[in-house]
Amino acid sequence: MTFFIVSSAIKVFAVFNLIMVGVALLTLIERRVCAWMQDRLGPNRVGPQGILQPAADGLKNFLKEETSPAMADKALFTLAPIVSFVPALLTFAVIPFAAPLPTRWGVVPMVVADLPVGFLYILAISSLGVYGIVLAGWSSNNKYALLGGLRASAQMISYEIALGMSTVAVLLLAGNVTLSHVIAQQQAAHAWFIVPLSVAFVIFFISAFAETNRLPFDLPEAEAELIAGYHTEYSAMKFSMFYIAEYSNMVTASALMATLFFGGWDIPFTTWDSTGDPSVLKTLATLVVFGFKTFVFLFTYIWVRWTLPRFRYDQLMALGWKVLLPLSLLYITLLAVAIWFIRTQLGWEYGPGMAWALGGLNLVLLIALVWWLDRGRIVSGSVQEEAA
Amino acid sequence: MAIGVKVMKRPTQQTSYLRATLKGMALTFSHLLRPKVTMQYPEEKSSKDWTLSSRWRGTHRMLTDEQGRAKCVACGLCPQICPANCIKLVPGEDEEGNRYPLIYEIDEFRCVFCGYCQEVCPEEAIHVGVHYENSEYTRDRFVYDLERLSAQTHPVSTLWDPSDPKGE
Repeated sequence: MTFFIVSSAIKVFAVFNLIMVGVALLTLIERRVCAWMQDRLGPNRVGPQGILQPAADGLKNFLKEETSPAMADKALFTLAPIVSFVPALLTFAVIPFAAPLPTRWGVVPMVVADLPVGFLYILAISSLGVYGIVLAGWSSNNKYALLGGLRASAQMISYEIALGMSTVAVLLLAGNVTLSHVIAQQQAAHAWFIVPLSVAFVIFFISAFAETNRLPFDLPEAEAELIAGYHTEYSAMKFSMFYIAEYSNMVTASALMATLFFGGWDIPFTTWDSTGDPSVLKTLATLVVFGFKTFVFLFTYIWVRWTLPRFRYDQLMALGWKVLLPLSLLYITLLAVAIWFIRTQLGWEYGPGMAWALGGLNLVLLIALVWWLDRGRIVSGSVQEEAA
Repeated sequence: MAIGVKVMKRPTQQTSYLRATLKGMALTFSHLLRPKVTMQYPEEKSSKDWTLSSRWRGTHRMLTDEQGRAKCVACGLCPQICPANCIKLVPGEDEEGNRYPLIYEIDEFRCVFCGYCQEVCPEEAIHVGVHYENSEYTRDRFVYDLERLSAQTHPVSTLWDPSDPKGE
């Protein structure tokens, strides 16, 4: 028991700091990648290659004046950044980030809390984040902030459904909501879930962008029309907390994509990491691999942000309700039938054969989807077109 | 939807968001790897794309003779021609009858850097310089006296030569 408490405390501390440092570096990476994509150099003055820029930004935000609108609801105004900050960090608790670490006192699983309901926990906590945004928008007593908050709530609720539906596919195949089990399943089959569930990944990927309020779905912030949306009235550290929350949500969503569809900390093309006795080397190697996978998705987030323009609001809703939701429902149905057929009629258990068979099905579906999307008109407005 | 919203009919065969997205992503990624044109200013003051012109007219410089005295003979042409009236000259004369400036001050804040003083100078004494970094802590430091003008070391401007208008 003491061992559990001590190891958990250490893990909490380590993961919290890792995410905080990661988020800080991510703000720098975002700015530098953005600059590079615009043929600029980006911040490179503070420390070598600007590595201390986040520290300078953080210090600045600590020292800035805290403003509070006169007509704001003081209590909720203060509460909102906390409410959006805490769930953003909480979600990472159930994501396994490396192979178990052997210590003198026993093997430590490299996940802060290996909850049996892991995935449901993530869905539950990540949807709490919207409260922070809505409260911020409402308590600011500012019409732009309120509109931002309203948009955020509608958007996050809409895409939460598509997100949840796309992960049902993972659960159908894994037969378990514990994330460490999901990873073990992918390792055992030598095929990550991206193979048998690539359509689900596409849906998850798009919904994750909407869930984290990143471009092209950053309607709640929308500088051009809403100034900064829900955090218009916030300054100094309160603003910083929204900022950190956004980036930690990105980290969590990226880590989740890596875990659910790309084998988590699994090293591809080898069984060395998942079989045999745990060792420190394995833990470190898998940690690096997991970090790399997460980083690839984080980079994609940044890459997409500096490429695509923002959706119009009705387009956003149309995409969520008219495309992603029916698509994910249809996909689950097809997938469930396929799995039922393979399990009962062919008598296979989940393994490489089943993974690649489903992969073939997904390829067909993906091609059909791409063909359908490529016809255009997919994100047209909810308005009736004028008669020609 | 609100009344009166006009929805444009778009050609469906040209509005593939998917292709446009992928094209855009490829474009931004290619820019990510492209060499950057930013000049790292304080460390790097000229690059192959940009150098300061030799005709640049910046803060002044007074040239000196071999004995280290200013070449100025206090003829009074530069304060005469100066359109901004920024040159203050009080002439003096030594026992041998040589004229020299007792006071020669240029207010660089008033100066419009036209370069007429250099053009008009018969002794090639006062010049505008190829120089642009002029920060000081107080305003009165921008009134350059003779000693300061003589102590400047930056290259002098070649100005515009009517016989060689393109500077070749």
